[in-house]
Amino acid sequence: MDYTFHWRPVFRRLPELLEASVLTLEVSVLAMIIGILLGLLLALIKMSGNRSITWFATSWIEIARNTPALLQLFFFGFGLGAYGIHFSPFLIVLCALSFNNAGYLAETFRGGFQAVPDTQLKAARSLGMTLSQTYSRIIIPQVMRIVYYPMTNQMVWSVLVSSLGMLVGFHELSGATQFEASRTYRIFEFFAVTAVIYYIIVKLILGASKLIAWRFFRNEAG
Amino acid sequence: MEQSAPAIQFFTAFQLSDIWFLGEAAGRTLLIAALSIPGGTVLGIFFGWVLSVSGWAGASSLGLILDVFRSVPLVIQLILFFNFFPIIGIPLDPFQAGTVVLVFYTSALVAAVARGGIEAVEVTIRRAARSLGMTYWQDLRYIVFPIGLRAVLPSWTGVALGVLKDSALVSVIGYVELLRASQILVIRTQQPLLIFAVVGVFYFALSFPIARIMERLELKWQND
Repeated sequence: MDYTFHWRPVFRRLPELLEASVLTLEVSVLAMIIGILLGLLLALIKMSGNRSITWFATSWIEIARNTPALLQLFFFGFGLGAYGIHFSPFLIVLCALSFNNAGYLAETFRGGFQAVPDTQLKAARSLGMTLSQTYSRIIIPQVMRIVYYPMTNQMVWSVLVSSLGMLVGFHELSGATQFEASRTYRIFEFFAVTAVIYYIIVKLILGASKLIAWRFFRNEAG
Repeated sequence: MEQSAPAIQFFTAFQLSDIWFLGEAAGRTLLIAALSIPGGTVLGIFFGWVLSVSGWAGASSLGLILDVFRSVPLVIQLILFFNFFPIIGIPLDPFQAGTVVLVFYTSALVAAVARGGIEAVEVTIRRAARSLGMTYWQDLRYIVFPIGLRAVLPSWTGVALGVLKDSALVSVIGYVELLRASQILVIRTQQPLLIFAVVGVFYFALSFPIARIMERLELKWQND
């Protein structure tokens, strides 16, 4: 092995990499929030059973789940770009990631709603609860418990997929790493450090998710 | 008027023979998936078994390594290992490097699934099997495997389809699979929307049927 590792150029650029990881977090959290809202909407549309609109939700969900995230990214980046719709790299990643998240989360939410039996709604209503009370006190808390861990996984997935931003010129963690690596030719060293940063980000998210779960679900049985 | 007639046509429109070009590239996507999904699954089941029997020692060594593979974006892993193999003196071409990384990536995902499957089988059932005179391996083969498989089939399908789609990322290190082929076509034809739509249909045609078949199988097994 006649390769000499040079870590100093990487550590000198560490502030830039950390700054870029903030951008990674920003775009993936934002895409997650939009994804949750759109996913909820898609799930409700799909469960509504109204044929004239369910096809829309179904095709969104199936396209998001059955094509690579990278293709979706290229679609928002280069596909729309050819027709004069130019998004900034940030917006490209945000749109593609939200589209992808919404597709996966819609199925998660649908599963969550279906797991709560219809009879509970009827029971709550016959006990004199209003519809909004039934939802906020009986249905939603149970659904939240079911979809919480899949949602955590989706958040991690959101961070990992945002790394594809480097392929459309977005300078989040991966993009910044590629930029710095190409200036110094220390490709292996830069990407090794970036891998560590991603690992730490993912662990932080999982840790935060455990804390939140402990705070909200600790009083419940099971 | 004479000047406006172009001497050379730079871009040529999308034509029928390009479908063939994409089809070939889809074959290469299938090839890399066909190598890495079974390979990663076998390796992952082994890792899952090791994790389920080794306790603390396994979780802190093998478990940690697999956890890293699950927590680092695949693009980063691909670039990292593609640049790492020449350092240790074994330069691999993009196809080989991509396959090796995908196998380990798949195995890390499958290990978590397999472990869940093994732990889904109740200890009392396994004890009963052993008391009936089954050996440890018979217990694994005839009791744990069938029950565990039914428990984790949906998760495994998710992993397999994920890897099929993630194999698109091997294009980053220069392997001409379906997505890379589409980029080449986009540069020639300047019709990105059409070509990405066609490629989307290709991926959909690979992924959607598998998802549906697995759902059927799952339902059938539930009614057994």
